[in-house]
Amino acid sequence: MSRITRRNFVVSVGALSAATSVLGWPALGQAKATGGRVVVIGGGFGGATCAKYLRRLSTDIEVTLVERDSNFMTCPFSNAVLGGLYDMDFITHDYKALRDEYGVKVVHDSAVDIDPDAKKVRLAGGSALQYDRLVVSPGIDLRWDAIEGYDEAASATMPHAWKAGKQTMILRKQLDAMPDGGVVIIAPPPNPFRCPPGPYERASLIAHYLKHKKPRSKIRIFDPKPKFSKQPLFEQGWQALYPGMIEWISEAEGGAIDSVDVKALTVKPTFGEPQQGDVVNVIPPQKAGAIAEVAGLTNDSGWCPVDQRTFESRAQKHIHVIGDAAIANPMPKSGYAASSQGKVCAAAIVASLSGQEMPEPSYVNTCYSLVGPDYGISVAAVYRHGDDGIAGVEGAGGVSPKDADAAFRLAESRYAVGWYQSITADIWG
Amino acid sequence: MRTSMRLMNITLMLAAGLLFGETGQAEELSRKAMLSASCEGCHGTYGRSPGAIPSIAGKSAEYLRDALEKFRSGEKPATVMSRHVNGYTEEEIRLISEYFSEQK
Repeated sequence: MSRITRRNFVVSVGALSAATSVLGWPALGQAKATGGRVVVIGGGFGGATCAKYLRRLSTDIEVTLVERDSNFMTCPFSNAVLGGLYDMDFITHDYKALRDEYGVKVVHDSAVDIDPDAKKVRLAGGSALQYDRLVVSPGIDLRWDAIEGYDEAASATMPHAWKAGKQTMILRKQLDAMPDGGVVIIAPPPNPFRCPPGPYERASLIAHYLKHKKPRSKIRIFDPKPKFSKQPLFEQGWQALYPGMIEWISEAEGGAIDSVDVKALTVKPTFGEPQQGDVVNVIPPQKAGAIAEVAGLTNDSGWCPVDQRTFESRAQKHIHVIGDAAIANPMPKSGYAASSQGKVCAAAIVASLSGQEMPEPSYVNTCYSLVGPDYGISVAAVYRHGDDGIAGVEGAGGVSPKDADAAFRLAESRYAVGWYQSITADIWG
Repeated sequence: MRTSMRLMNITLMLAAGLLFGETGQAEELSRKAMLSASCEGCHGTYGRSPGAIPSIAGKSAEYLRDALEKFRSGEKPATVMSRHVNGYTEEEIRLISEYFSEQK
């Protein structure tokens, strides 16, 4: 039997390489050696998207995703769980596809420290991960010092449910236990915060539940803001579906909450006496997830300044911050925006690691809100990177029309569910 | 075929399989892919949608471009698409349509 000599092999691969170059395929032996190790902290909308899209762009790059929880429960659609439309399973996602189909190494642990010089992430379990590039997508942490009386212990009695999972269940159980004629208080935060329409969708879907099960009940929203996201559309919907059930107390009317009394279940607005609720949902002011602060990535605002083309931190080289934690105005702090940023960041990292130029970034956001199960509204935006960073494209985007008919609202309610199914598949599926 | 030739062919195929199958860029780093990634949040990865939002994977580029331009003009009624399509130039719409026509 003749042996393949080394010379024969090299010559034949060379010939194949030349042939495939002519055909326009990546030249064998000259395939852009992307290589490199990327660690992603946070397996939510931003981090999981980034991990998946890194692997879509290059299977040469080793991607390790650090996520504390074995399943991820989404804040988006948690309001629908609160409203009794879906159960917790609907908003729960696992990491099987990321692991098995995309080859992401998923580590269920927490990052406790980052050494940017050594390029190492230290995990709570004791091990350390080496990186060439790091993506920090830690979401938010609540400011426990912002409202007097509202510390972490208080959230067991007055849940924020602004991180889905246990908190969602606490609030759900409290609503179940509330008698007919009870009062639900919702206290949203000032800007900027995670999910601008979220508290108002929550009021809507709790109202849906109450209308059917406990119709004499009321919802009172104590707001430190003069206006809120999609306000004309929400108010139009509330009038149509839940007339007289939802009261919104604005900043001017003294809606800002100075303090709470957990034992008495009261909130103290700017003017007048403490107000009692049977269920009190306090959504306090927020900041970037703790690891961002620990790693020196935040500024005085509590959020992370980044290069908005690449999401590289302004504070640390080769560390990128995406999602709620990043300063990405005018993009809102939404799951969709985090996912969009994850895709742009993935492209930036692959370009950087392989010495290519990154394509011009394109970003998007679409926030669907369910005012009722058959009544949906949306806000959309398309962004590019201009002279001063991310900017909305003029003439694009906007909210659902005010004069839409019932069929339009119904269609958007179905698209809201469709959007949820699509995006969660795009991220974790 | 002489054994040495057969062995060489097998080696070539193995080499190609190793290099194409396991390494290198799985998807292009391109403006086309960057623009289209925005659509996948609603229309699904590769444009394959599991829910109520239409799948667009594998639809012809002409069909997609025509639909998008009709959303732009208002000729085709939309709930959200006209608000999106205004964010892209004609050329970008052409690229996005091409991208999804190439997906399965």
